[in-house]
Amino acid sequence: MSIKLKGLVTGLALGASLFAQPAVSADQKLLNTSYDIARELFAAYNEQFSEYWQEKTGETLEISQSHAGSSKQAQAIIQGLKADVATFNQVTDINILHTRGNLIPENWAERLPNNSSPYYSTMAFLVRKGNPKNIENWDDLVKEDVDLVMPNPKTSGNGRYTYLAALGYAQDRFGDDQQKIDNFLQDFLGHVKVFDSGGRGATTTFIERGIGDALLTFESEVLNLADRYDNGEYEVVTPKVSFLAEFPVTWIDEYVEQNNSEELAKAYLEHLYSEDAQRLLASFNNRVHNETVKQENSDRFPEVKLMPIDEIAGSWENATKKHFASGGKLDQLQRRK
Amino acid sequence: MHSNPSPQHRRVGDSPVIKWLLIGIAIAITVGLLIIPLLVIFLEALGAGWGTLADNLLDQYTLHAIGLTLFVAALTVPLNLAFGTALAWLVTRFRFPGRKLLITLIDIPFAVSPVVAGLLYLLLYGRNGWVGSWLADQDMQLMFSWPGIVMVTVFVTCPFVARELIPLMQQQGSEEEEAGVVLGASGLRVFRTITLPNIKWALVYGVVLTNARAVGEFGAVSVVSGNIRGQTNTLPLHVELLYQDYNIVGAFASASLLAGIAVLTLVAKGLVEWRQARALNRLQTEETA
Repeated sequence: MSIKLKGLVTGLALGASLFAQPAVSADQKLLNTSYDIARELFAAYNEQFSEYWQEKTGETLEISQSHAGSSKQAQAIIQGLKADVATFNQVTDINILHTRGNLIPENWAERLPNNSSPYYSTMAFLVRKGNPKNIENWDDLVKEDVDLVMPNPKTSGNGRYTYLAALGYAQDRFGDDQQKIDNFLQDFLGHVKVFDSGGRGATTTFIERGIGDALLTFESEVLNLADRYDNGEYEVVTPKVSFLAEFPVTWIDEYVEQNNSEELAKAYLEHLYSEDAQRLLASFNNRVHNETVKQENSDRFPEVKLMPIDEIAGSWENATKKHFASGGKLDQLQRRK
Repeated sequence: MHSNPSPQHRRVGDSPVIKWLLIGIAIAITVGLLIIPLLVIFLEALGAGWGTLADNLLDQYTLHAIGLTLFVAALTVPLNLAFGTALAWLVTRFRFPGRKLLITLIDIPFAVSPVVAGLLYLLLYGRNGWVGSWLADQDMQLMFSWPGIVMVTVFVTCPFVARELIPLMQQQGSEEEEAGVVLGASGLRVFRTITLPNIKWALVYGVVLTNARAVGEFGAVSVVSGNIRGQTNTLPLHVELLYQDYNIVGAFASASLLAGIAVLTLVAKGLVEWRQARALNRLQTEETA
């Protein structure tokens, strides 16, 4: 009995040491927390960056990835997930790291170029083969016989972006005429046949269940889908005016200090702006800032007027309060139908 | 007595039409809701051939997820075995104030949603929690690493062993043990030679259930894991991760492993129940003899 017990204890201790320490021994370690559909993207980038870093410093790297919804990730970081860097798809989720966690300074967005957003995207439409309903811009979406599929703005960031993009279009077109803006948005929401709870759900509704004439979601997702069904079954429509969706990144000051990884974490994020990395990001259907790469991909990313959140709603805080809170604009417009 | 049933004593299933209708519905539901989904898991996993299945299972992160899941179960089961046995012994062999309350409290993990359990642990042991902030000062971290995963798994599975033992031990009573004590046996000897053989199969049954749940737990683990691939990703979390990656075959390959464990659990459960029934029969024949 005691021998068996001893064996068990040793076995468990061995197991524990196995899982407590990574299998590969590297000179430096880095943990990147990211949103849940960025896995392939960062798997590719980590490889590129590790090579770059080894060439530059001679050190081998072990980069770990954590993926989940970016709000859940922000909560985990605040509760002690010791990530060196955060690469999210929502600015609000990084802001929380400052306001609730006090882990990064207030001016985090100013520490890297382009509001600390090395790549960005916008909202676009996926339509069926031959674009039978002739959809080119937002006003085509409210034509008599057009049905739309989009994620619910109440439950999904993706849906919120689409709502704000439609709002941006209306503001651009109707200027200060609040009544006309409201009427357009109400009309627009009235054409939505299915509000799915998340982006992937909306994709399934449109593709698998064949519902709707247009799917409204991220341009990156739309291009990705068009690539996957490359028999021309679906076509991409990028509206002339849309929302600037930023993908903000930051190193987490408190944790890089504890992990002694500040230099590495900064280099990891700064390298995202390099030409090689920008080309990689573009190949995953993201819009980038580098001029050369922009030129190379100009046919996939047509010039459009992109409106940032400040222009459309003042700030994320205002947008949430005015439009998405209970009894806010979104609720009012849907009720008056 | 049964040869001539009067009309008012007829039961619902006596008419052959209704009988077969009910059987048909039961079979349809079982096949549609239980058997087909289970088969689909294995079919999807094999959809792209054995080679792809093997590639997916031998993937570095999948292997780690399998190892971590088994490791968590290997810690959880002995802990809850000891805890459950001690607790069942305590509440069935002793009378003390608060005993009924204690029996009720054991069921808390059954009553609480696993996600809520995970959040409770996070709020208590996380960086901003009462205990967690103190631990952080000592440079110790439980959440978002394997100890946190073990902690919530222990919590979620702690009633299984105790719940199996308590009714059995209550039913068996303590006469045999009292006799042992009167004859001068030590507490440990009473436990090893009288109690343990009596509860052996219930204990095994509890272990099987604990293990099944420990391996399959998703909700609570998801909250405290941190989802770090190759470090804190358990098999159920890995299934979700692969699925969101559009790696359907990979997701189903991992899912088929979990389903395989479930099937094995059912077989083990059936075997234990059969042994238990046999032991009980023997006991009864001995008593009547």
